[in-house]
Amino acid sequence: MSFLRPKDDTQPWKGRYQPYDLIKELCIAVGVIGLLAVALTVLFSSPDDKSSTISQWSHELPADFATAAAKELDETSDTAAYGPPYNHNGEGQHAAFLYPQKWLGVSHPINTAADFVIKPLETVPNDAALQSAVAEYKAAPEKQKKEWSEAYAKPLEEYSTAVEEKKTLPSTVSVDPSTGTVTVKASGAGPVGTMMTSLQSLAQSGGLEGGLVTSSGQFFQTDYTKPLLFMADGGLLAKRAEGLHLLGEQWGMMNETGSFPGQPWLWLYALWYQVEPFKSSENADVLVMLVMGVLSLAFVCIPFIPGINRLPRKIPIYKLIWREHYRAS
Amino acid sequence: MSAPPTNPSKSWTVKVREKGVEALPPERLLPDGQPTYVASWIYVFGVASIASLIVIIGSGCILALKGPAWWHFTGVGHFFNSIHMWSVELFFFAMVVHLWGKYWMASWRGGRGRVWVTGAITFLVAVPAALTGYVSQQNFDAQWISTQAKDGLNSVGVGAFFNVTNFGQMYSYHILLLPIAVVGLVSAHVLLVRRNGVVPPFEIDTKKAAIAATSPDRGGPPPPPPSTATGAQS
Repeated sequence: MSFLRPKDDTQPWKGRYQPYDLIKELCIAVGVIGLLAVALTVLFSSPDDKSSTISQWSHELPADFATAAAKELDETSDTAAYGPPYNHNGEGQHAAFLYPQKWLGVSHPINTAADFVIKPLETVPNDAALQSAVAEYKAAPEKQKKEWSEAYAKPLEEYSTAVEEKKTLPSTVSVDPSTGTVTVKASGAGPVGTMMTSLQSLAQSGGLEGGLVTSSGQFFQTDYTKPLLFMADGGLLAKRAEGLHLLGEQWGMMNETGSFPGQPWLWLYALWYQVEPFKSSENADVLVMLVMGVLSLAFVCIPFIPGINRLPRKIPIYKLIWREHYRAS
Repeated sequence: MSAPPTNPSKSWTVKVREKGVEALPPERLLPDGQPTYVASWIYVFGVASIASLIVIIGSGCILALKGPAWWHFTGVGHFFNSIHMWSVELFFFAMVVHLWGKYWMASWRGGRGRVWVTGAITFLVAVPAALTGYVSQQNFDAQWISTQAKDGLNSVGVGAFFNVTNFGQMYSYHILLLPIAVVGLVSAHVLLVRRNGVVPPFEIDTKKAAIAATSPDRGGPPPPPPSTATGAQS
């Protein structure tokens, strides 16, 4: 007997055997489960809510799109400040001395200003004014770029805050919901106004999401990291998710659209986000992942954990499981 | 003129065969009898998990044959997608009940630690197998779940090589790499169960505690002889 191998006097079974047809049992089980799956399919089907598009976003929430795009350009969006694996603008999350996000480095480099705004605009043909504005922006010193983009982003952020807090909307931003156009009165924004108006048009035409997917120059593409991150920086996905009870405080991604069961096996993972200290921590993700890592290891090692491996003997649920055996003997 | 046969003692093939038959003789691999204590509904959930996995793979193969977008625009495709989804739900339900049942039986007793470990790892590997399916759906669920899941994975560095917003990578994981891992683990788990036998009730411990201290045999039960497998219901 040792710490890892507690006393175990379990003996091989020397009693009687009963007839058993393993293959027949498996075939019957497959048949029953198959029928059950068909019955559930006929009764409930499965959810398939159409994906959102950048075009839809820029039409339905034009000011939100313009605000997100402005933040991408002045590199203050969530993605711009994310850190690894997208850029070096932050260290990412950490737990005490553990910085795994930083240690693994930048594997999917994203420069939000260049990738989400400038490069897509450079693909717009037959627009001399736009290309001139882009060229002026690119040629400017970094400090000038920052001043222009911040000057444009500021009224949009004020507008966004006013909408969120249901206050009087600032006169510097006007939105025409019928056409989805956003007009920003921003002094000192240089060429940014022209660029952002064109970006809005490009997005509404459906050209932006395609441009983001194929920005690597490859014809065939399956990586949607850029358009997804751009959209996640805006409010459309979150707005839809809130309506479908998918936000983090609504137990997040373990749910599924509609009233479908989703991934209930993630309940313990989602639980930690609902309680302190994780709930309010800036490092909630890494802390929850570490807790789940430790619990997962413990789950695998249950046979070797003193106390936990003796609990089944002390709580006689086994008497219920083997009641036929005990009754017979 | 044929080449002389390989010396059996040096043949890798013979060695693997002999080891395999020694570990799992045919009558233990595919028994036609089982101990009389295996008489509870809880035992159904192990085979139900495997049956669900078979339905998952079957429906997944049909979806794979037609491509990832098929189920969005055809009724038949949506039907098979629904079967796929519900069999996944049944798989996890059966597996969780199976795991709880095996915990309360302390099914790692009698040298069966590896049986528990392979079962537990199967559950843990099945979670990302399902997650990669959810983020490969190409609908709003996939958009939302991938943009939410990325933060947890990125925070521990996993996102550097496992990018949930990369549909191509996730689809490969979902239809090939993780199913291979799950099927491999389930196979190992089942073979270990067959090798060690189903864990006996606690009662055996009490009655034969004295024997336990002296018995050199800590392996699984002897394969049930067919002659004892008739009319032995207790």
